[in-house]
Amino acid sequence: MRSVYPATLLVSAGAIGYELLLMRVLSIVQWHHFAYMIISLALLGYGASGTLIALNRHRLEKRFETAFALSALLFSITMVLCFILSQRVPFNALEIVWNPRQFLHLSLLYLLFMVPFLFAASCIGLAFTCRRLAISRIYFFDLIGAGLGALLIIGALFVLIPQNALILLMVLPLMASFVVAKEATARTALFAAQFVWLGLFLTGIPQTHLDLRISEYKGLSQSLEVVDSRVLHESSSPLGLISIVESPTVPVRHAPGLSFNTRHIPPEQLQVFTDADGMSAITRFGGDPLSIAYLGDVTAALPYALLDAPRVLVLGAGGGNDVLLALYHGAIAVDAVELNPQMSELVADTYAEFAGHIYADERVRLFTREARGFVAQSPDAYGLIHIGLLDSFGASGAGVQSLNESYIYTVEAMRDYLAHTAPGGMIAITRWLKLPPRDSLKLIATARLALVAEGVDEPAAHLAMIRSWNTSTLLIRSTAFTVDDIAAIRSFSRSRSFDTVWLPGMRGDDANRFNRLVEPYFYEGATALLGDGADEYMASYKFHIEPASDNRPYYFHFFKWTTLPEVFALRRMGGAGLIEWGYLILVATLLQAAIAGLFLILLPLLSARRDWPRGTGARMGGYFLLLGFAFLFIEMAFIQKFILFLSHPLYSIAVVLSSFLVFAGVGSAWSDTAAALLKARGHEPIPIAASCIAVLAVVYVIILPIAFDRFIGSSDILKIVITNVLIAPLAFTMGMPFPLGLKRVAAFAPHFIPWAWGINGFASVVSAVLATLLAIQFGFNAVIVLALVLYGTAALLISRGFPARA
Amino acid sequence: MKILTCLLLIVSFAVQADDYAAVRQSMIDELQVYAKLARDTDASRLSDAVLRAMNTVERHRMVPASQLPFAYENRPLPIGHGQTISQPYIVALMTELIEPDADDVVLEIGTGSGYQAAVLAELVEHVYSIEIIEALATQAKHRLESMGYDNVTTRLGDGYFGWDEHAPFDAIVVTAAASHVPPPLIEQLKPGGLMIIPVGGRFMTQTLLLLEKTDDGEIITRQYGAVRFVPLTGKH
Repeated sequence: MRSVYPATLLVSAGAIGYELLLMRVLSIVQWHHFAYMIISLALLGYGASGTLIALNRHRLEKRFETAFALSALLFSITMVLCFILSQRVPFNALEIVWNPRQFLHLSLLYLLFMVPFLFAASCIGLAFTCRRLAISRIYFFDLIGAGLGALLIIGALFVLIPQNALILLMVLPLMASFVVAKEATARTALFAAQFVWLGLFLTGIPQTHLDLRISEYKGLSQSLEVVDSRVLHESSSPLGLISIVESPTVPVRHAPGLSFNTRHIPPEQLQVFTDADGMSAITRFGGDPLSIAYLGDVTAALPYALLDAPRVLVLGAGGGNDVLLALYHGAIAVDAVELNPQMSELVADTYAEFAGHIYADERVRLFTREARGFVAQSPDAYGLIHIGLLDSFGASGAGVQSLNESYIYTVEAMRDYLAHTAPGGMIAITRWLKLPPRDSLKLIATARLALVAEGVDEPAAHLAMIRSWNTSTLLIRSTAFTVDDIAAIRSFSRSRSFDTVWLPGMRGDDANRFNRLVEPYFYEGATALLGDGADEYMASYKFHIEPASDNRPYYFHFFKWTTLPEVFALRRMGGAGLIEWGYLILVATLLQAAIAGLFLILLPLLSARRDWPRGTGARMGGYFLLLGFAFLFIEMAFIQKFILFLSHPLYSIAVVLSSFLVFAGVGSAWSDTAAALLKARGHEPIPIAASCIAVLAVVYVIILPIAFDRFIGSSDILKIVITNVLIAPLAFTMGMPFPLGLKRVAAFAPHFIPWAWGINGFASVVSAVLATLLAIQFGFNAVIVLALVLYGTAALLISRGFPARA
Repeated sequence: MKILTCLLLIVSFAVQADDYAAVRQSMIDELQVYAKLARDTDASRLSDAVLRAMNTVERHRMVPASQLPFAYENRPLPIGHGQTISQPYIVALMTELIEPDADDVVLEIGTGSGYQAAVLAELVEHVYSIEIIEALATQAKHRLESMGYDNVTTRLGDGYFGWDEHAPFDAIVVTAAASHVPPPLIEQLKPGGLMIIPVGGRFMTQTLLLLEKTDDGEIITRQYGAVRFVPLTGKH
């Protein structure tokens, strides 16, 4: 009996660890936006297992230990097996607009990854169902396991590559299976199976199939196809897999926005890939400025035509090219901020000689920090705050990043940057150019709003933008550009055949001179956005170019449903690039989550007994459905909000998810006591809990930005503690409505209990994806408000809908 | 029996060839519809010569066996090594935009399947093509030879520095955009020459960049793409 506690802890740790590991792996082999799919399919596994157990409870109770040990063993096996099989599914996300078969491949991935979670959840569900007297202790170990699992995988990913982290994780349920099998009736068979599985691993056979099969369309795969290319260095952490590629026969020359008029060729470079994509470069620098003279002929060099020996802050230093750009142009001091310590180490240490020891230069200070946090806490003011290209052109062009939260390009971020510019100083942001214009116009709209919020009356006088055929550079300044500044920008652009997109006082015939478009789209867009009719223009524009904000930080999201039929029809006429496939995959994921949830969770329940009082089923179902949606909406919105605070999506998912699990669990365990206390004073506990959730959530919407601003520069440990402290009261309260409702149902309609679990599970599966779609469309605060409405409606349903007793 | 088998094979081949001719013609019909739309919007156009070339080149001989059923669909297809055979409409448009003449010498950077080179070879005097992926370079060389394109010369190597021995070129086709247009390629373009580059990811061509080197050496670019069909503002 006692063995169930450590076994539950081990399985729970394995499940959350596997969930986070899959997010990491899919970011490498595919792209980042599968993270939300993983949350959904993990919940599907839990929901489906709940249904299975509910329908087979009596049989399973008799063989609890055997069933538990077998489920744990199958969890361990399928963890590895489904991982290997998933690598063989020929899913090509980029082909999704052309080939409907890709949707089937996506569904296959979804179902494959669900299987291990089905077995993990079966262990936990069996423990809850068959050991009802010890339920609170089992719950405790389940939650502690989840917390430890999140910590374990984050720590492991710092020292292990993902495949080895998987081996570590698969040992956990295997141990759980071993511990419980000792008490099982079929212990001999179980031990034999465990040893076969362990033996297979000791032969090394499964390991040979664990290699990550990275999409052949990602930058790293494509680079390695080039003759004589090879990976020189690889380092992995939760922040990403960094690969350094050397290509001696066909060297890479990465110089975005280089003028056609230049006479300078970039020197030898090493390619740097993060998660097998997002290429940047480390440029060979031997100290001779002439060797990097091409840096004077890129659009990103524009601010240096206006500034004399500025103090520069480079946000997202990466391979160090923007630092080199600043040094080449005579910056007096450069502060380089880079989030990933492994990236910093590559330029500062491993390839320091290749990179010309730029981080050892006495003018340069390197900070391994998150950009927004660094700026918020910095006491310094800069002549130039420089944000270069942080992503690859391919990724930018194909809508790969459409679901990425980016807190660097929001209105609030720009206000922070403006507050840290010295008098006469400016912000310079370089982006890849898209046609029809999207990034560039959204950037202008965002900068305009930030300037207005800072009290600038005429933002048009504070902005300047130029473009080459593939990049644009925007300058933003607290003070208006002078006549001399404008002349310098014109001269810089003309001599390099760059077009001006916007300059204070610019005339239409100045636009579209060198890189000619059918119409001067960029100038027209800039003029409209900086004029009186900006809002109407944004509303009628075919793509989403409204400013990004911390509440809706989807800078890369340009999709409008209303434009889809038009651009989809154009895909055979060269319009495929206008469709953001990242967004389409999210929609496809939502559909498959709904279908899978229906078939695997709800439909099997039809075979169970349904003899509850007439007329109460819909209301009871409604209650648990709304709770499922509401809980996940708040949880998902918080995960996305906390990315700003915790610097990276994986950290946010690990900390926020485990925090919600633990504190909601505690709240759930304490719900009986709370209900008794409230009832003694004549209050109904569920409406009180819903009201508390509403008050807390609204308070958080208001205080979170303030708390983030105050503590964003703190150490990681302190930020994790603060996150837990902030989430604890809310999650604690959110843990109550479900068990309280379940208890009321148990009193008069016990046969509805499996349905309550199933309906709630179904809602969770769907809402993990739906919450992200809603957040992209309406912002996090709207998702939270919607969740509160759902909680309120649920409370109404239960207070009016069905009796307290039969 | 042997004679019967041979006859069957010949008949089957003939039927197959006819089948492909029919689907290829359907593809050309589709391209003509788009070409008509393009004319209406006063942007690019597809000439009869380019459409003839597109109707001559056997695309089905340039795709992997798994993609044969889709060989004449107007969409990009995977050809392995992370590469694609371009969408026929894009190939036609790129060919059209460089205004090929019968006595032109054209440089192609990125041979890939060899499809673009074959289409060009139908229209110009000689095509020089460079590929950086060894397997594709070897495959395309043999394929183009077996299809009888003796006016195409291919080699494996770095396209950044062009092909100096055969420069200058009347036109240059770069089949995938890099972070910048290599200065050596601009140098190897004749005054009055044109360079075309598709911009965007695999499967996702966004626009076509047409670079013109004027007679006095000035560089002017134009960008074409689906944008011309989409009024950027208006009723949704």
